[in-house]
Amino acid sequence: MLQTAQRTAKSKTKKPALPHERFLEAFRWMLLARTLEEKLVSLYRGGLITGGVYIGKGQEAVSVACGLFLQKNDIFAPLIRDQAGRAAFGEPLIDVTRTYLGSRQGPMRGRDGNIHRGHPRKNELAMISHLGAMISVTVGALMAKRFRGEKGFIGLSCIGEGGMQTGSFHEGMNIAAVEQVPLVVVATNNHYAYSTPNEREFACHDLVDRAIGYGFEGYSLDGTDLAACLDVIGSAVKRARAGRPPQLVVASVLRLSGHGEHDDASYVTDEIKREPFARDCLKVTEQTIVDLKLVDSETLAGWRRHAAAQVDEAISTAQKEAPPEGDKEDWCAISTRSLVDSLE
Amino acid sequence: MSITYLEAIREAQAKLLRDNEDVFIYGQDVGGTFGGAFKATKGLAKEFPGRVLNTPISEDAMVGTAIGAAMHGMRPIVEMQFADFSSTALNQILNNAGTHYWRTDVPIPITVRLPSGGTKGSGPFHSQSMESIYAHYPGLIVMTPATVEDAYTMLIEAVAIDDPVIYCEHKYLYYHLKAEKLPTEGLPTGKARIAREGRDLTVATYSAMLHEALAVAEQLASEGFETEVVDLRSVKPLDTNTVLASVARTGRLLCVGESFPWGSATAEIIARVTAEGFHLLDAAPQRLNAKDTPIPYHPNLWSAHRPNTKEIARKARALLRE
Ligand SMILES: Cc1ncc(C[n+]2csc(CCOP(=O)(O)OP(=O)(O)O)c2C)c(N)n1
Repeated sequence: MLQTAQRTAKSKTKKPALPHERFLEAFRWMLLARTLEEKLVSLYRGGLITGGVYIGKGQEAVSVACGLFLQKNDIFAPLIRDQAGRAAFGEPLIDVTRTYLGSRQGPMRGRDGNIHRGHPRKNELAMISHLGAMISVTVGALMAKRFRGEKGFIGLSCIGEGGMQTGSFHEGMNIAAVEQVPLVVVATNNHYAYSTPNEREFACHDLVDRAIGYGFEGYSLDGTDLAACLDVIGSAVKRARAGRPPQLVVASVLRLSGHGEHDDASYVTDEIKREPFARDCLKVTEQTIVDLKLVDSETLAGWRRHAAAQVDEAISTAQKEAPPEGDKEDWCAISTRSLVDSLE
Repeated sequence: MSITYLEAIREAQAKLLRDNEDVFIYGQDVGGTFGGAFKATKGLAKEFPGRVLNTPISEDAMVGTAIGAAMHGMRPIVEMQFADFSSTALNQILNNAGTHYWRTDVPIPITVRLPSGGTKGSGPFHSQSMESIYAHYPGLIVMTPATVEDAYTMLIEAVAIDDPVIYCEHKYLYYHLKAEKLPTEGLPTGKARIAREGRDLTVATYSAMLHEALAVAEQLASEGFETEVVDLRSVKPLDTNTVLASVARTGRLLCVGESFPWGSATAEIIARVTAEGFHLLDAAPQRLNAKDTPIPYHPNLWSAHRPNTKEIARKARALLRE
């Protein structure tokens, strides 16, 4: 992945030489995601959020690359740690804060929380908790588009290395290749599934080797290197759009938080924290911006202020909104009213 | 001319494919020249190229794929090779399809066909009736057609419904039931049907057990008892009102279902009738289900495991004596 970054850098002759043409744009989404999630964590610590808070700290570079190259008619199936990608795909911040803060105006209306939100009508699938299940759902959405004669669309489905060990994931990958849908699966190996380290998750040499077994094309990358993320995931998206077989990208990072904010992650070893993939991608990106003098420090500070202001506004708006109420809720799990099974 | 329950299912699918280009069929061995383990899709792949698709043995992914397709405008019909194997798709059906409308306001119009119920020699893994499990979870409609006519019209209705439908088709009825012709319209789902009128006892049942119950009613008639038989047609929604109205006439209720007894549809009917119509009952309501063991292979054991005419008649007589 270092090679790809260098190749991109070399091919640019203009100054300042961007490591990738969408590098700064991507950085701003990462910054927004980090700012938002830090704020959500402090609200959680203050007892203002019910349920869990699951953040993507350390995974923003991979995630933003997942959202950034998708168009409106593409299908995006984000997972637990994809705040950056969701934002880049077009999910409004207010929907995040409404969901976490339990506003009845949020997309889930208090019926589901945190990362389980989505906008199926806007092509952002609403994950269920059960890991692995959303791969085949993405495949089905792509088949529908093909059946209906749409052109030029792709789907991108995210997964962790933990979720990769489910039967559902395996079935989903296999059926994606059988159906030859234009799919990119981005697997982020953050080296822990909750508290379980890689060696108790799988025993193969390298997860990307599975690509060939499924009939996917496989690529690996250092998920702390934003330019590599943009290059490798961007290229996978392009290949899928061009009609190549389904694409698997495996990114290596370390989860820089607990599994959720209830978790102190004391099981993460000091040794692994010294690995190159344990770097904080946001800091690495910022350092690159400074080193290459891509923008001046004033501009950077301005971006930071802007992100904070957006987050504050989304939070204060959601906080003012009414929560759902049990006695006013429409307790109906199907859309066909005439077929509701009434128990009275 | 006569048409079987199985042919009705095939004809319904042919009509659905013909009338609506958003319909496709997805399942193991349904395509090609084969047409499914029971031939419920025979000839359809040829007649509708690209729309009757064989899948890998991946029940989870079959349903997951159907969910994604339904979310984006399609009307998939998933054929499980046997109802029993839908257990490996429970997650997608219960947690994904069943929750989606509630969570996101976007309904999932999939139809999952389950070749259900026991036949001789089929054993523990090719005989199950899973309607009670599916009915237990929110967000699903569970159809249990007992006649050729219902097999046809309810499958057409299932695909038209915007919500996920579990369509339990009984394998024993596939070849044993025949009708003169296919109907042009049927009772809507959610409405039970009085299959036989009577004033001494109500038997509420569905699917293949309807025919066992009707046979028992015939026997009891020769003994001077008039049995009213209610065909529930769907277990969710459950037409409690029709059962209550029948119990108001008879004062006695026996519920018969082929699924395992614990928490079954029969238990649900009794709970509702007892709560709503306690005053209508002249005797404690009774139920009969399969035994609480896995389903045996040997015909001698199998026929004793499932509710059969002898057992139904015994229960009915005991109830009539009370
Ligand atoms: C099928 C399933 N089993 C268990 C869980 C509970 N669970 C939620 S997240 C998680 C760890 C997931 O690890 P990974 O897929 O690597 O993603 P990460 O949390 O590391 O981003 C577990 C075990 C679940 N959501 N789904």
